[in-house]
Amino acid sequence: MTIDKFDILTSTCVPLPAENVDTDQIIPARFLKATSREGFGENLFRDWRYDKEGNPKKDFVLNNPKYSGKILVAGKNFGSGSSREHAAWAIFDYGFRVVVSSFFADIFKNNAMNNGLLPVQVSDTFLKTIFSEIEKDPAAQLEVDLEKQEIKILSTGEAETFAINPYKKLCFLNGYDDIDFLLSKKEKIQAFEQNRDS
Amino acid sequence: MEPKTLFDKIWDSHVVDSIPDGPDVLYIDRHYIHEVTSPQAFSGLRKRGIPLFRPERTLATADHNIPTQHQELPIREKLSRIQVETLSENCKEFGVELYGLGHPHNGIVHVIGAELGFTQPGMTIVCGDSHTSTHGAFGSIAFGIGTSEVEMVFASQCVLQPKPKKMRINIDGKLGEAVTSKDIILYIISQISASGATGYFVEYAGSAIRSLSMEARMTICNMSIEMGARGGLIAPDETTFTYVKGREFAPKGQEWDKVLAKWKELKTDPDAVFDKELHFKAENIQPMITYGTNPGMGTAITGCIPKLEEIRESEQLSFKKALQYMGFEPGMPLEGHLVDYVFLGSCTNGRIEDIRAFASLVKGKKKAENITAWIVPGSRQVEKQAREEGLVEILEEAGFELRQPGCSACLAMNEDKVPAGKYSVSTSNRNFEGRQGPGARTLLASPLTAAAAAVTGKITNPADLM
Repeated sequence: MTIDKFDILTSTCVPLPAENVDTDQIIPARFLKATSREGFGENLFRDWRYDKEGNPKKDFVLNNPKYSGKILVAGKNFGSGSSREHAAWAIFDYGFRVVVSSFFADIFKNNAMNNGLLPVQVSDTFLKTIFSEIEKDPAAQLEVDLEKQEIKILSTGEAETFAINPYKKLCFLNGYDDIDFLLSKKEKIQAFEQNRDS
Repeated sequence: MEPKTLFDKIWDSHVVDSIPDGPDVLYIDRHYIHEVTSPQAFSGLRKRGIPLFRPERTLATADHNIPTQHQELPIREKLSRIQVETLSENCKEFGVELYGLGHPHNGIVHVIGAELGFTQPGMTIVCGDSHTSTHGAFGSIAFGIGTSEVEMVFASQCVLQPKPKKMRINIDGKLGEAVTSKDIILYIISQISASGATGYFVEYAGSAIRSLSMEARMTICNMSIEMGARGGLIAPDETTFTYVKGREFAPKGQEWDKVLAKWKELKTDPDAVFDKELHFKAENIQPMITYGTNPGMGTAITGCIPKLEEIRESEQLSFKKALQYMGFEPGMPLEGHLVDYVFLGSCTNGRIEDIRAFASLVKGKKKAENITAWIVPGSRQVEKQAREEGLVEILEEAGFELRQPGCSACLAMNEDKVPAGKYSVSTSNRNFEGRQGPGARTLLASPLTAAAAAVTGKITNPADLM
């Protein structure tokens, strides 16, 4: 499965200031029973988004018509807990292409990158600034420039650079896939196996 | 030669290739799979039209989604049944050994991997499950991966991984009465928080760790992920070798002597440097319990929930939200609080020693009237052994029943769900909102503390009953 190419994304944001958002909140275990990758967006943040009867909870941000866009801005330590890739699939399937936080759990970060969902880690201060800009103006836009590794608040011009592994950056810019890369290493892998056995 | 950590030694010996400024191509010795995180990876192989590269290094089980009663009947829930059937079809098509429902080797993936001796020291081990860190107890590098990475291992027996930083956590001294390895790990996480080891791979060391059995070590490594660590390992020693010897997949005869000599070299060099090093005293650890909605929100069972002013300002909002979910107030004591459910089981505490510990405490007592208890063995072998040792009779006399193996109420994908608003003292690994069922309130604790709650009906220090 190749990933979508990514260069620059300009979009409004959905703010979720909660910290330690674990993957059980992103997609509860009872919705992991599918055998395909599609359709998980329906149950993204299920128990925060809907009540027991399945009615939307008014106070949850995804149900607030003020906020929309392709960028999810979340509190510190986003994606902790279970390794379920379904969490990344659900966020992507819902329509997000970038998640901004001041800290990501390791497995979630890998899973996101393997599916064309770009995790952008910013400083605590910059995250605070983004949240307050969105609060002032829900139509505030962020620009994520992968080539420059820069995230900018368009209304104020405030920007910060972010880190990304150069290999992963190349994959995002070109839509490369890790499995194609690994398959191209077959000979090396077989040689490694033989060396170990001897 | 430059001194190396155990982690470096194992990692470096598995690097097939390194991408400049990028991740390493890491060779994987053992790959465990289950029904929930594998179907999309098999579909990927099919789409590409490629075979599974090294099926003999892969082992499959059905565990997450299965009922813990009447396993001889077809699974009632349709989606669960389809997922389990899909695993069987995929394993058959791609030549993977499957210990499915009803097989004498069936059980929770991290329980059976160890008890069959498929997990061995010095290996690299992955599974589409974050608690793969359990296998680190054998002195191996074991970590959870996502489904795309499961597909990578299927296709190439390798994953692309950046090398994590290294942390050593030392616990020295003697553990007190009723203090178990579960209390050690809950204590560590409460001290460094649920994200305190993110980006690191942890080595656990010190005299308190050395004194533990293999099963107790697995409980500690299992929860490494709950402080954000990529994994956790413990250098193998005589305890490890004795445990592995003679198990189904363990090397035999001359082969055993050969590997044993190698395994004895698996330790951190005396002057090796870690990116971070922490020290704790075993004497400071008491039976622990969590009060919040992440595993870092824990306290000694005799203690109180922190007051609001004791919490860092940036975390006060999450703290208040967690206590509201749990129905608790800041500063309140936990001992004596009424409980509705008790769950003994999971890849954290579903092994024979855990059932023995639970049985030893409830022996001659009776289950409290207000408690619904689920005692779920981690595998068919654990279930069998519990019967052979007479533990089932002890449990039944006290009013408890042993169910059939599976992940069960740890993540409540099957019918074993704690109802909304109910309190559950659970030996599992996560107390996230809704983890044991929508609205369920989970208190993580050791098997002894779970047993104490099961017979008193409330949060009770197990030391008071021993």
